[in-house]
Amino acid sequence: MSNNFDRRSVLALLAGAAGMAALPAYAALDDAKAKALIQQVVADINRIINSGKSEQAMYADFERLFRRYGDVPTIAYSVLGADRRRASQSQVNAFADAFAGYLARKYGKRFREFIGGQIEVQGTRNTGRYYEVLSLARLRGQAPFDVTFRVSDRSGRDLFFDIVIEGISLGKTERTEIGAMLDARRGDFDALIRDLRSAG
Amino acid sequence: MRQNRFVSSIALVAVLFVAACSQNTNNVEIFDPYEKTNRKIHSFNKGLDSVVVRPTSNAYGTILPQPVRRGVSNFANYIDTPRFILNDLAQGNIGDAGHNFTRFMLNTVFGLGVLDFASAAGVESRRTGFGETLHVWGAEEGAYIELPVLGPSNERDAVGQVVDFISNPISGTLDSSEDWVPPTANVMDRLGQRYEFGATIDGLLYESADSYAQTRNLYLQNRRFELGGDDEFAFDPYEDFDE
Repeated sequence: MSNNFDRRSVLALLAGAAGMAALPAYAALDDAKAKALIQQVVADINRIINSGKSEQAMYADFERLFRRYGDVPTIAYSVLGADRRRASQSQVNAFADAFAGYLARKYGKRFREFIGGQIEVQGTRNTGRYYEVLSLARLRGQAPFDVTFRVSDRSGRDLFFDIVIEGISLGKTERTEIGAMLDARRGDFDALIRDLRSAG
Repeated sequence: MRQNRFVSSIALVAVLFVAACSQNTNNVEIFDPYEKTNRKIHSFNKGLDSVVVRPTSNAYGTILPQPVRRGVSNFANYIDTPRFILNDLAQGNIGDAGHNFTRFMLNTVFGLGVLDFASAAGVESRRTGFGETLHVWGAEEGAYIELPVLGPSNERDAVGQVVDFISNPISGTLDSSEDWVPPTANVMDRLGQRYEFGATIDGLLYESADSYAQTRNLYLQNRRFELGGDDEFAFDPYEDFDE
């Protein structure tokens, strides 16, 4: 127990020192910062869906958005589940890279249905482990629905790690999906990575 | 009066039924002891969708223009509203009962049942049902089940769906020659929804690597969200690094 504590404090000190050196102005995540981050994300989504660009161009924009404001490597690592222990580091990296494009296409397609609509940031909630930024999607001819972004600084940067639409989590949906895709390929990571590059 | 006795005996039977639900003793996120049977029903439902529901909903959506479909959907919600009020009262939720009563009156007077005047006036739809009433009364959701035709559910909500189907108070005010109206409106509303959310449902059923697992995942999360409470199984990818 005390060993564990020591290891953790040393790690925390090192991480802290590294953070201080690299980013002297870095301060812990709070309600205002979480909200500002998601306001930026939502402004970008609104701009992309109402830009009138082609589908492919929109997907490229969504991919940039996911990579810039979302913690894609951590999400990718997590959705692999226990199977990731069988993967090599380079397979995990290649998976995370393919996963970013897949997310952009899959969710970009969903966001494209929002064309002509708007997402509005409503408020924030500190759950203790992370911040939730609540927003409302107002689409033409439909009752408004809840879109919640979950934000954390546990990667060292303020990034969103989950999007929850009417209670349905992107992370959990992809954990189910990627798990099933891997099963269908009998656990073959290279096949999964290859197919993911065009899936979504 | 006879109707009231009927409804309360149904409620009693339902409560006894729920008491006999499977117990999720280890509190796992996905409690699916009937997976084998559920998967068979899922492939039946999927076949039914591709052969009957999807084509019918496409015809429905193509033939009827959006404002007409909207009217059907409003009407289905309208005739269900007395049932919402009954459940709001059973849940002790006087606020929602009053809200839904106001909706019903506004839409009767100004919407003739087919225009959702109330929503336009800021009195939005607040659906509920006997499944939620059982939840408020303390019933656990029990095992996940996929019902033939009706789709994903759980033991508690399946009981709720049966009670909802037979307990709409408006049925008591209809002649026997009008009995077909509420279920027909309901089926048409469902076809309209299948059409409206077509791309999403197609994606779920025909593009998921395992449509059974994905349907279960979406249903359970969305249902728990509707009923409120903490998201005790929230996705937290950073926990993976603390192993």
